[in-house]
Amino acid sequence: MAVSYTSREQIEVYRFNWLVAILVPLLAIFLQAFLPLRFPFFSIFDLPLLVVIFFAMARRSQVAGLLTGAVIGILQDSLTHHPLGVYGIAKTVVGYGASSLGVKLDVESVGTRLLVTSGFYVVHQIIYFTIARGLVGLDLRWLWSRELIAAVANAVVGVLLFTLMDRLKERA
Amino acid sequence: MGRYRNVSILAAAVFIQLVGLAYQIRKQTGKDAQDSSRLIRVWTISAITPLEKGIVRLQTGTVNLWHNYVYLRGVRQENRELKDKIEQLQLEQVRLQQDASQARRLQALLGFKEQFIDHTVAAQVIGSSGSEQSRTVYLDKGSDVGISLGMPVISAEGIVGKVILVQPRVSQVLLINDQTSGVGTILEKSRLQGVLKGRASGELMLDKVMSEEDVKTGERVLTSGGDQIFPKGLPVGTIGDVKHGGEFLQVQVKPAAALNHLEEVLVITQRLEREPDKTAAKSMRAADILAQRLPQVPDKPAGAESETGTPAPKPTTIPSTAIQPKPAAPVGTGTVQAIAHPGTAGSVPLANKPAQAKAPTPGASAGITMQPRTPPTGTAPPKTTAGKPTSTPTQTSPTSDTGDTPQ
Repeated sequence: MAVSYTSREQIEVYRFNWLVAILVPLLAIFLQAFLPLRFPFFSIFDLPLLVVIFFAMARRSQVAGLLTGAVIGILQDSLTHHPLGVYGIAKTVVGYGASSLGVKLDVESVGTRLLVTSGFYVVHQIIYFTIARGLVGLDLRWLWSRELIAAVANAVVGVLLFTLMDRLKERA
Repeated sequence: MGRYRNVSILAAAVFIQLVGLAYQIRKQTGKDAQDSSRLIRVWTISAITPLEKGIVRLQTGTVNLWHNYVYLRGVRQENRELKDKIEQLQLEQVRLQQDASQARRLQALLGFKEQFIDHTVAAQVIGSSGSEQSRTVYLDKGSDVGISLGMPVISAEGIVGKVILVQPRVSQVLLINDQTSGVGTILEKSRLQGVLKGRASGELMLDKVMSEEDVKTGERVLTSGGDQIFPKGLPVGTIGDVKHGGEFLQVQVKPAAALNHLEEVLVITQRLEREPDKTAAKSMRAADILAQRLPQVPDKPAGAESETGTPAPKPTTIPSTAIQPKPAAPVGTGTVQAIAHPGTAGSVPLANKPAQAKAPTPGASAGITMQPRTPPTGTAPPKTTAGKPTSTPTQTSPTSDTGDTPQ
């Protein structure tokens, strides 16, 4: 399994239809807000984060990645009663990181996607917790067991979701 | 510079958001906390909630269609059971109405403010914040139907939360298990008061309960009204685990309302808070209140009194044990209240002085004479002389038979 690229020519850069670029994040935010009411266990997933990772890795542009993360994060923040920017900052960093990694790794394979998604989930949570505790003053408790289980769960869902969303990609 | 272009943009994006975040946090201490960054919230909520509303209505419609027109198995049996239940509840309602009116009179005598839930709006829960750190839900009704900030939200089981954001057709509710939420509570039996707070995990904990307090698992927790949001006496939940250690107890509360599965809720849009009617309270006598509690006696046959022109020859002293809440009975039957008119019995309001029960005055159409409850100590039992009962002045405390003091 080729994990890293040997030359720049092997990198495939994708773009998305503007409708897809708008509707998919909105759908992810909608599902994130709607499904936990019916299925409380669903709150362990972070669909907007998975969408950020997917878009960032497919576009392979760091600026596009961080902007996608910032917009989706702020939209997610606006549904909560906390100040805007907590999810925004965390997803901005993840978007930048995912697009940077997308340039260097073969992010099309299932194994890489599992690793990358679970890794970025933990990074996202660390940033979120730091900001929420340090700036917003929320009393959060970090539990490695819970975060690692959530990371694996998100990675599994992410792989399935990425396979579906691969169909929406267009070669740039 | 080109080499660091992307990193610079990242740093700028993070920096801008950090500054914005700090600005919002600083502003939250001011009066216009909800106005900051309102536009983005309005856009997002306007984009997401119509879809949520649509899906919820479609789901409700489909379920209703199935249950109301297709799947009617066992409906007749259920209908019979419900009718039986209604009959039982009607009897119960009569008893509760009597208890409630009695409680209101006592409350008026004691000069308490009364709070009534005057108007509620039923709303459907259409969405959540999608974050475990922000336990809020969205309702499909907003300022168009009179919902405004700070209104309490309840369900059939217990309290749910309070309104923290309102738009014309949508409102956001902060659930009681969010860590920024706080509810004034009181334990039903021990009358211990405390503030109920949420934890990051979604648990409800009773804050600042001293370790020497006796808190029993399973005891009901009610709203105390001290938070000025929830009316007093609404169910909050029951005491779960109680952990000792340190200065304070760790008291976990199981919520009465299913906060994870909310579907329909009521927003209390109007509350009546009024001082008790002082004139009514003044005209009310302790004897009247006690008379409410006496067992019922059937009405005398018409003309029986006019034949003698005097009360019944041998008044009966009701033992203190007989002063119990009235059993459920159909409305309209004769009660002792009819014979305890103002002006014929002891007239000292409960709030001011100990009530004194006097001997019945000739002309008071009494078939029996009532005695106030015998105090526990220091009071001689009432004496009855032939034909003329005398009663020792006794203190009538406004305690109910269950021993609860009206709050």
